[in-house]
Amino acid sequence: MSNLKLIIKREFIARVRNKTFVVMTFLSPLIFVGMISLITWLATLNNDEVREVALFDETGTFMSDFKDSDNIDYIDYSSLTLNEAKDSVVAKKLYGLLYIPNKGSNRVLAESIQFYAEEAPNISILNDIEEIIASKLTNQNFEEKGLDLNVIENSRAKVSIQIENFSGEKTSKMANYVKMFFGGAAGYFLMMFIIIYGNMVMRSVIEEKSNRIIEIIISSVKPLQLMMGKILGTSFAGILQFAIWVILGAVLLVVATSVFGIEPQPTGVGLEQSMMMQENNQEEIQLLLQDILKLPLGTLVISFLIYFIGGYFLYSSIYAAIGAAVDSETDSQQFMLPIILPLMLGIYVGFFSVIENPHGTVSTVFSMIPLTSPIVMLMRIPFGVPWWEVVISIFLLVGSIIFMIWLAGKIYKVGILMYGKKPSYKELFKWLRY
Amino acid sequence: MANLLEVQQATKRFGDFTALQEVSIRVPKGSIFGLLGPNGAGKTTLIRIINQITLPDQGSVYLDNELLKPEHIKDIGYLPEERGLYKSMKVGEQALYLAQLKGLSKKEAKERLKYWFDKFEITHWWNKKIQELSKGMAQKVQFIVTILHRPKLLIFDEPFSGFDPINANVIKDEILQLRDEGATVIFSTHRMESVEELCDHIALINKSKKILEGKVSDIKREFKSNTFEVGLLTENSNGLYDTLKDKFNVAPADFKTIDDQLKLKITLDQNTSSNQLLTFLSEKAQVVRFNEVIPSINEIFIKTITENE
Repeated sequence: MSNLKLIIKREFIARVRNKTFVVMTFLSPLIFVGMISLITWLATLNNDEVREVALFDETGTFMSDFKDSDNIDYIDYSSLTLNEAKDSVVAKKLYGLLYIPNKGSNRVLAESIQFYAEEAPNISILNDIEEIIASKLTNQNFEEKGLDLNVIENSRAKVSIQIENFSGEKTSKMANYVKMFFGGAAGYFLMMFIIIYGNMVMRSVIEEKSNRIIEIIISSVKPLQLMMGKILGTSFAGILQFAIWVILGAVLLVVATSVFGIEPQPTGVGLEQSMMMQENNQEEIQLLLQDILKLPLGTLVISFLIYFIGGYFLYSSIYAAIGAAVDSETDSQQFMLPIILPLMLGIYVGFFSVIENPHGTVSTVFSMIPLTSPIVMLMRIPFGVPWWEVVISIFLLVGSIIFMIWLAGKIYKVGILMYGKKPSYKELFKWLRY
Repeated sequence: MANLLEVQQATKRFGDFTALQEVSIRVPKGSIFGLLGPNGAGKTTLIRIINQITLPDQGSVYLDNELLKPEHIKDIGYLPEERGLYKSMKVGEQALYLAQLKGLSKKEAKERLKYWFDKFEITHWWNKKIQELSKGMAQKVQFIVTILHRPKLLIFDEPFSGFDPINANVIKDEILQLRDEGATVIFSTHRMESVEELCDHIALINKSKKILEGKVSDIKREFKSNTFEVGLLTENSNGLYDTLKDKFNVAPADFKTIDDQLKLKITLDQNTSSNQLLTFLSEKAQVVRFNEVIPSINEIFIKTITENE
C-alpha cells in the first residue's frame, strides 16, 4: 500500500474512532431538531401570555371595536376619571392604558390618542391598536362624506400574483423562502464543517508535533504527503458524517411525504387540486414539500459536495499550516483571524446580500472570491446561477487551493520541526524562503 | 574499507543562519560512527540531511556509492532525539503503521514485530495504548520500529536517554549485535563514556563545521602528548623529584595507590623514548607504575572545542 493511502487510512480511523465523532454524528441531528422545537415552543410560550389593556374612551364609540383576542384583553375604564384610570392601571399592574380623547374632528383625534405604559409597549400590539382605530375612523370619514360602506367594501380588489416561469411551471410564493432556507442552511453548514473539520486537522498536526512522533514519520514520508494524507483522511470522515446525515434527512423526508400523502413528483394536476382546496395547514405543508421537491436537489447536493470539498481543502490547508507553526492549541488563537474573517464575511454577505438580491454585484463578486465563494455560491445556487459563473468560481477555487496547499506545505515543512518558538507572521514569511 | 555513507561538502542555511558549512564525513561500512558536537553545532541538521528530511543547499550525499534518493528511505533507520508515539493509538497498531510506512508489507511487519516483541518480552503490550506505558517502555517500542525493516544504516540520536541502566545495556547489546550482523551505525550523543565504549570512528562538529574526523585509535594517537604516569617507591622523594625535574618535564600526578609513593606525570620530548625513561627511573627507584597517558574522547572533545573557540 502506498504511504499516502496508509496515512489517509490512519487519519480516517483515528477521526472516526474518536468518541466525539460518534456522538456528534448521531446526536447533532437530534440536537438540531431539539433546538428548533425548543425555539418554536419558546415562541408560543411568549404568545400565550394574555395582556390586559385598559381603555379610556371619552368618545364612547370605540369599545365595541376592541375585541378581546388570544393575546389581549381590553377592559373598559371609561367610567373613571383619567387620573383614577391611570392609578388603577398602575395598581393592578395592567399592560397599559389607551386614552382616546374626545376631539371634535377625526383628524385632530387621530393625532391625540395616547398609550400610557410603564415599559415601552410591544410594537405588534401598538400596530393592532392603530389599525383598529384607523379603520374605525376611516369608515366614519366615509360615512361623513356620504359614501356607502357596503359599496366600498364590495369594490375592494384582492390581488394575488401567480408566479410562473417561462417554461410554464407554477410555483408558490413560498418557493423563495424555501430557496433562502436551503441556500442559507447549506452555507451555514459549510461554515460549521470548515470550522469543525479544519480544527480537527489542526489538532492532529499539533498532536503529532507535541507527541514528538513527527520526526519519526517524516523520516519515512514527505511532509507534503503527510499533510495531504491528514487533510484527505479527515475529509473522508467528514464526508461519512455528511452522508449519514443526508441519509437520515432523506429518511425523514420520505416519512414526512408519506405522512402528508403526496407524490414525490410535482404534477400540475396536484398543484391545481391543491389550489382548489381550502386553505389549511395540511395544504401549506403539502405546498412546502412540493417546493422542496421542485428544487434542483441533485444539483444542490453535487454543488454542496464540490464546494464543501473545495472550501474544506482551502481552509484546512491553512489550518494545517497554523498547526505546524504553533506548539499548542492555545498559541493558535493569534492566527485564527485569516480563517474566521472570510468565513464570517461569507455568511454575512450571504444572509444580507444574497437573500435580498441573489444576482446583484455584491453577491456575484463574493461568489467568485475563493475564500468566500464556497459559502456565498452555495447560497446563490438554489436561486439559479448561470453555469459559466459556477465554472469560473470553481476554477478560481481550485487554483487557489493548489496555491494555498503549496504555501501551507512550505510553512508546514519548516514548522513541524520547530519547537519552542512563538512564530509571528513575519517569521512565517521567512520560513517560505527556507 | 568501503564507505557506506559519504557526505560531501554539505551546506545548509536557514535564512541568515548557517547551520552546516561544507561538512564532509565518511562512514565506513560496518562501523559504529560517533557524531559528536556541542548543542546547536549542526548535528541534527546533518542527520536530517542524511534522512532526506531537509535538503542541503549545496553538497551531496552518497549511500552505498549511490547519490541519495527517496528509495533509500527504507535503507535507513532513524531514532530521533525528539521522539514519541501517538498517545491514543494502540502499541501494536502504530508499530504496524510505522513499519508499513517504511515499506514492509503488513504480513512481514507482523511477523517481525512478533519476533521483537517476544525478544523484549513485551508481547502483552500489543493492545495497550502508549499513554498507559512508561517513557522507557515507549522507547523500547520506538527502538523496535527503528530497526524492524533491517536498514543498512542506523542513526541513533541519544538512544539511551530515558532508559534505566539495565535497559540501556539491553539496547547497547542490540546495537552491537546489529553491527555484527552487518549494519552500519551512526551514533550521536553527549554521553562520552558510551562513545568510548561503542564507537570506532568519530567526527566532531562545532559551530556548523567539522573540526575532527577519523578512527578513534588514530585520533587518540594524534592527541597523546607522550606523557607517562609513573609511581616510584624511594627513600628520598624530594631528592628524586628535583633530579627528575632537571632532566624531564615533570608534573605531579594524582592516582589511587596502596603505598605512599611518588606520583608523577612525565612528558617526554621527541628525542627521548619511553624505554630510556624507564631505564633511567629503574636506576633511581623501584618503579611500581608506568603507563602512557592516553587522552579520553571526553578530553579530546573539550580540548578541541575550547581551542576552536
